[in-house]
Amino acid sequence: MGRPVAIIGVGQTRHGRRFDVSYPELVKEAVDALFDTTGIGPDDVDGVVSGTMPSMMEGVALTHFYFADVLRSVGKPIMKTETCGSTGASLAITGYYWVASGMADLVLVVGSEKMNEGDSQATMTTVLEPFYQRYFIAGAPGIFSMQSQEWSVRFGIPEDKIRAAATRLTIDHHSDAFDNPYAHIKKKLTEEEVNNARIITYPVRLWDVCPNSDGACAVLFASEDKVKQMGRKPAWIRGVGYSGEEYWFGDSDKVVWQSAIQASREAYRMAGVTNPIEDLDVAEVYNPFTFQELLFYECFGFCDFGKACDETLKGTFARDGKLPCDPSGGTLCTNPIGATGLIRVSEAALQVTGQAGDHQIPGAKLAFAHAMGGVDQYNAVLILGSEL
Amino acid sequence: MVSGKVEYTILKDEVAIPYELAMGPTWTRFFEGLKEEKIYATRCPRCNRVLVPARSYCPRCFVETDQWLEVSQEGTIVCWALTEYEYFAIPVKPPYIGALIKLDGTDTNFLHLIGGIDLSDPEYVRKTVKNGMKVKAVWNTEKKGTIMDIKYFEPVR
Repeated sequence: MGRPVAIIGVGQTRHGRRFDVSYPELVKEAVDALFDTTGIGPDDVDGVVSGTMPSMMEGVALTHFYFADVLRSVGKPIMKTETCGSTGASLAITGYYWVASGMADLVLVVGSEKMNEGDSQATMTTVLEPFYQRYFIAGAPGIFSMQSQEWSVRFGIPEDKIRAAATRLTIDHHSDAFDNPYAHIKKKLTEEEVNNARIITYPVRLWDVCPNSDGACAVLFASEDKVKQMGRKPAWIRGVGYSGEEYWFGDSDKVVWQSAIQASREAYRMAGVTNPIEDLDVAEVYNPFTFQELLFYECFGFCDFGKACDETLKGTFARDGKLPCDPSGGTLCTNPIGATGLIRVSEAALQVTGQAGDHQIPGAKLAFAHAMGGVDQYNAVLILGSEL
Repeated sequence: MVSGKVEYTILKDEVAIPYELAMGPTWTRFFEGLKEEKIYATRCPRCNRVLVPARSYCPRCFVETDQWLEVSQEGTIVCWALTEYEYFAIPVKPPYIGALIKLDGTDTNFLHLIGGIDLSDPEYVRKTVKNGMKVKAVWNTEKKGTIMDIKYFEPVR
């Protein structure tokens, strides 16, 4: 264990289709928001971590160099972390390590993406191995559909029950997004609208899938001394877990999903969480697809395997439920990929410091943040607390 | 400055880079096998798993896997997805079914296509294609030494 580390400030852009600004200008918007709200200036920052999805997304390589000026990194060390969909969570972990190691006291961590400028699904296809796998699983929906399909058959969950639970999740999240000023898609959906939406990859329909968003998120990681010096309310990093699997889709089980299980259990162990559904007050689960969100609940031990649909339909994971999940609307409503995992961490920090505004879960003290990357290959979990 | 809604200019850009990707000895031998309508795996000497496609080391035991074996061209469907959307730079055109197939006698799932059935109606596909269904490899007549030398896997009737 290293030194204690806290988040003492977050900044987000308005997420959406952002052709009103260039990519560096978008990143600057998040960094400015962070410095404006905290009153902390770049002079106090020891180092900078930046990350995005693969560079093919926007057609500029080494994006951290592209953003060097707006990251106020001149004269400072800069690092890039890139782990596909889990980039944002990996960025947070990188910032955490840097401070926990004692090598820095204040680290600026920024994740960003401008998905509307390129072809996001084509970019994700280049994540796949070129001789064998790239021929068959293009883009994200095909992969997640196979995974969900295997899950439903293995646990004998009736299709209509999964559809009902997924519909409940997407209606709730798109409604919750109205209370998050930064969210991209906000919509009052009806069951009929969701159930009859066009098929993307059977049985995944339009409202089961996240949008392409442009956006950025900036977070300040601080040592205990810096927390005292700055006088900011801290969100302490209580647990960190990150776990990976083989590169090839087919080499490991994606239903009883080891990387998701292990990442959460490592984070729980470090944070002293023994019963997540009781101990956690709120969770920001990476949910680009409704069906996958259900599987994540089970892998994280929020409920038993095969039970996520029942619990969702009972309202266990709703805003007023036992463990509210994604009160921000989550990835399902807002997905600027390189920023997305860091937004989960930011939301967790806002919740445990009582700063989440209209989507605040009253009295939240312990929060869960998660992201997943690659072809179902990596999972990252962070636990944030109001107390050290 | 102009007030109200402003449309800013968009630069149209394209990056097209040709690549030459070296396959190395293991892929080369595997694809030579496909040309002869043989699917090769390697066995891990430590965990004894049969790994397909053949590979030079076990990703879990970190040991060399130099024992090659030809495996069955029949197996069962583990999971599948019907894709109806055309993705950029993907050689397979929709509609198609991507699937994980557990080839008989192997310990990893092999990714390929399910074919030989009518794919035009998703409801028909859903009622026809089932996990656990027995399938067998169908070969393309012309062999190019790529994964597409196997045309697809079709249901065993």
